[in-house]
Amino acid sequence: MNDRRTVIETENVTRILAETVPVTLVRQINFKARAGEFVSITGPSGSGKSSLLYLLGLLDAPTEGRVIVDGEDTSLLDRDELARFRLEHLGFVFQFHFLLPEFSVLENVAIPMRRLGKLSDKETRERAVELLDGLEIGDQAKKFPDQLSGGQRQRVAIARALANQPTIILADEPTGNLDTRNSAIVQDIFVRLAKEQGTTIIAVTHDIEFAEAADRNVHLVDGQIERDGPPVTQSPSGT
Amino acid sequence: MAGWVNLQIAIAHLVHRTRQTLVSVLGVALGVGFFIATSAMMQGSEQDLTNRLVDSQPHVTIKDEFRTPSVQPIFTQFPEGAIELKGVKPRERLRGIKSYKAKVDEIELQPGFVASPVLTGQAIVRFGGKDRSVSILGVDPDKEVLLTTIEDDMIEGSMAALKTVSDGIVIGTGLSRRLQLQVGDLASVVSPTGHVMHMKIAGLFRAGNILLDEGQAYVLLKDAQVLMGKPNIADQIRVRLPDPDMAPQIAEKYEARWAYRSESWQEVNEDFLSLFVVRNAILYSIVSAIMVVASFGIFNIISTVVMEKRRDIAILMSMGFRAGDIRQIFLLQGIALGLIGMLLGWGVGYLLVEALGSLRFELEGFYEDSTLPLDRGFYQYLIGAVFALVSSIVAAWIPAYRASQVRPVEIIRGAA
Repeated sequence: MNDRRTVIETENVTRILAETVPVTLVRQINFKARAGEFVSITGPSGSGKSSLLYLLGLLDAPTEGRVIVDGEDTSLLDRDELARFRLEHLGFVFQFHFLLPEFSVLENVAIPMRRLGKLSDKETRERAVELLDGLEIGDQAKKFPDQLSGGQRQRVAIARALANQPTIILADEPTGNLDTRNSAIVQDIFVRLAKEQGTTIIAVTHDIEFAEAADRNVHLVDGQIERDGPPVTQSPSGT
Repeated sequence: MAGWVNLQIAIAHLVHRTRQTLVSVLGVALGVGFFIATSAMMQGSEQDLTNRLVDSQPHVTIKDEFRTPSVQPIFTQFPEGAIELKGVKPRERLRGIKSYKAKVDEIELQPGFVASPVLTGQAIVRFGGKDRSVSILGVDPDKEVLLTTIEDDMIEGSMAALKTVSDGIVIGTGLSRRLQLQVGDLASVVSPTGHVMHMKIAGLFRAGNILLDEGQAYVLLKDAQVLMGKPNIADQIRVRLPDPDMAPQIAEKYEARWAYRSESWQEVNEDFLSLFVVRNAILYSIVSAIMVVASFGIFNIISTVVMEKRRDIAILMSMGFRAGDIRQIFLLQGIALGLIGMLLGWGVGYLLVEALGSLRFELEGFYEDSTLPLDRGFYQYLIGAVFALVSSIVAAWIPAYRASQVRPVEIIRGAA
């Protein structure tokens, strides 16, 4: 796996919130992830794991340092270019599914493709159905988000994140709201995506089992990387 | 394609809150509808009044007066001198327009122009022991009917009868009622100089204006000249133009040419016409007020949508929608509301105008047994549409801008 190219890396990334008392969210982070790698990020509450994920996802800009995605220095891009970059290269899965309630499952998956505008309407629909089938929820395509179970919604959200064939999927507590069975399904999907399609998965999680399923685990404490390596089976004291 | 998604999302937001959408659309529709109806009435009555004015009066009247008194010779002799003249008496001169016939002929050389010499004066009409003072107009009946709407106002006899009835006089119904005069009666007409003529009532008119109906009488120009003791004199030339809007320039031209005071109908009715400006100002402020209220409706619904959809906005942005896309989504909602409101408003306006048009009034006087004068012009619909669209875009702009400034991280972090 080490021969694979680096798809995302940070160089001395520091993020300080400019409040009355400045808050340092993450400090001097040097992080790399390769294509097809499944990385879990763990750490206690307030350790900066979500902040790091938003920086990697280009939703937030570092106070110092650079985030390089696919070899491109994103600190040089403006707001609209960053949006374009997210559209083409990144997919997001959050703890809450954030599906648009006015649209059917199929349309929810289609929206990023329609925004990108590379596929025809027919191709868009076909791809959406394909993605939903791959996650075994193709039969729900015509339903609306509020007619689905929590696990089904999260799978729709994953299908949506995959819509534009992103290089990297960024997940923030993707199993945080799911029961054990659905957590296992999502975990399975991520493992498969990384192995079979070479998609890089970076997931912030509290879920130890989920963290251990990853190829690599990054443990943050107080905004700094405390440990970076293959996941170790440990007692649940770290959460 | 990209723009279509934004429109799709915008429409979905509106469709999923049908009731609020309907309320704000109705606000715009009523605004536009009322504007069209009010404007149709205001413009209609303005045009109607103007037409009545223009038709009932000569377009230009040349009078035997001068705007500025003639300059004393000494002032022209010593323009720099400190001269004061006291006790200057105006010269007694025979009033009247010099060689009016030549002027009339000259005016009528231009195609479409009708000019009529008139002698005016005061007289007393006496009948059956009662008398009333009237303004006498000595006219040429053939031309008078072209110059004014007097012929339409005739209820008995005609202006032309002046030519056939010897020493005929046409009076108003008011005067005939006061003096109990009938057509064919002989009344005494006494001039200020004491000249008396026995004149036969040749016709009755009702102009719908008490001043005219009780105080105006028409006779032949030559009879007036005899009565007033002013042979071969006319003190006015009244002119009708092919285009009433030319009147101010034409009046100016005549005045420059002959120095006699020449008044256009606009000048005579200046006070009256300036009222229209005030009326229009009132109309447009009322409409603006209605549209401001309607745009608050739009502002309200879009602000609410933006507040409720903060998560959706955040996820769309994280997905790769630009701030501009988000702004567009909400602006499109405003435009959609404005457009639908506008179309509905056109319908409402049309129905209101037709409803007003079907009303019938039975009034004495100016508007007799008439319907409301309405202007059914298209440009009211256009102005209404502009009002609706501009106000809804302005109303949507503020929440749309706010939506585009949402920072996705804050929302997602807050939700997690």
